[in-house]
Amino acid sequence: MSEEPKAVEKLQEKFPEAVKEVGEFRGQSWVVVPREDLLKVCEFLRDDPDLNFDFLSFVCGVDYFPREPRFEVVYQLYSTKTHSRFRLKTRVSSQDATVPSVTSIWPTADWHERETFDLMGINFQGHPDLRRILLPADWVGHPLRKDYPLRGPESIS
Amino acid sequence: MEESRTETLMLNVGPHHPSTHGVLRVIVELDGERVVDLKPDLGFLHRGVEKLAESKTYHQFIPVTDRLDYMAASYNNFAYCLAVEKLLGLEVPRRAQYIRVLIGELNRIFSHLFWLGTHAHDLGAMTPIFYALREREEIMNLLEMCCGGRLTQTYFRIGGVAADLPEGFVEKVRQFTSHFPKRVEEYETLLTDNPIWKERAVGVGVLSKQEAIAMGASGPMARGSGLALDVRKTNPYSSYEDFDFEIPVFQEGDVYSRYLVRMEEMRQSTRIIDQVLDHLPDGPYLAEAPKLVPPPKERTLTEIEALIHHFILYEEGFKPPVGEVYACVESPRGEMGYYLISDGSPKPFRLKIRPPAFVNLESLATMTRGRLLADLIAILSSVDIVLAEIDR
Repeated sequence: MSEEPKAVEKLQEKFPEAVKEVGEFRGQSWVVVPREDLLKVCEFLRDDPDLNFDFLSFVCGVDYFPREPRFEVVYQLYSTKTHSRFRLKTRVSSQDATVPSVTSIWPTADWHERETFDLMGINFQGHPDLRRILLPADWVGHPLRKDYPLRGPESIS
Repeated sequence: MEESRTETLMLNVGPHHPSTHGVLRVIVELDGERVVDLKPDLGFLHRGVEKLAESKTYHQFIPVTDRLDYMAASYNNFAYCLAVEKLLGLEVPRRAQYIRVLIGELNRIFSHLFWLGTHAHDLGAMTPIFYALREREEIMNLLEMCCGGRLTQTYFRIGGVAADLPEGFVEKVRQFTSHFPKRVEEYETLLTDNPIWKERAVGVGVLSKQEAIAMGASGPMARGSGLALDVRKTNPYSSYEDFDFEIPVFQEGDVYSRYLVRMEEMRQSTRIIDQVLDHLPDGPYLAEAPKLVPPPKERTLTEIEALIHHFILYEEGFKPPVGEVYACVESPRGEMGYYLISDGSPKPFRLKIRPPAFVNLESLATMTRGRLLADLIAILSSVDIVLAEIDR
């Protein structure tokens, strides 16, 4: 799996105030950006001719309960030109679990964001059709959250 | 006086239609026979697998991954094991890598055969499914010989595979690969130039290259749309760089080109299998890492250290370092990936599965709008979905 150190450098150069945190593990690198800068960073990653991250593999949420900011939203990117992969993350608190939707940049984010909304309870501002995708519409709670019991709420089990 | 109706009609296709492997409902808005819009409704098979992973040790989760895809179970094993191995920094022995490729490619043929049979059936051709099932049975027998399982094999382990190839297995696989390409030709004789088949498939459900990229399509769907994406070539894993094979790419992006891609892929898979058998290296089938991989049973009976490792592994599991990785493989449906976060405990902190069929199904509305209802069935089955994997 090839990683993308070039992307980290380019982002640091282009958005020095946004790229606060850079991570690296087993040759895979990622960058954490504040959600205010998310859309412009995503657009840059997609449109920059050297990086060309035009393919979004998935979007998912991670719950770090009880740590704050509680949620992390992860964007796994791929370039159909250079065949490299890169990860972008943003963090939101439990009081304000809302991030801007990237459906305008990668239309495939539609279902991934719906799934993250469904299972993790994160809102995506600007999403065209934000509703549950896997669970029934009247389901209570978001099962992938750490404080959601494994066997479901008592009323179900 | 009769008045003609002018409003559109809402029609439910499913839950459950033969072209879907699993339960899917598609809410279709029709104007006469033309599809104005459609909304797929999923989740009938949702079992909370990602949540379940957080309560199991890394070893315990392997059989669960099988249950995600009954058409090509080993690919879920494959991607999951690769992700855990990456997390651990564990080297897999060469022989195990080759065996994984072999089992993987057998699974690919197996999956494509069933797809071909049901797809043809959806388009009104009854015969191919009987032939496809005949060959599929042969592969199932091979897999059963290897690990006892026919559909959900659970053959892969972290660090290698569960057991070495049984005696006589290689010869049996050779028998299969010697006659299989001729069978593919037979299917092609039935279908490829068949005017009825072409009428139903050519120019139907077109997904352009730009749309395919934007919608995140992978696997035969992307390659049918002129996008040469194949993880086996672009980011080789598990010794794929050793083998000589081609990625079939067609430009039209319709049902027909997705069909052609899969037919050619079956031939290429046979080619890879032959190469694996030609160069199968000797050596262990499981990594030598006592703290991560259970020691062989004989050693636990004679060495106290091996017995301790055995107990700790089965009672507690192992503790990978804190970190996160994404690993993916080219499953019969496309980029199948596992994203794993470890917090240093014996259980995954977060596990996210990237099922290719989920993403591919997303383009259904784009491909179907403006087409006839009968085309919807053709398009839906050309995506090759497995709902158990989509819903997780």
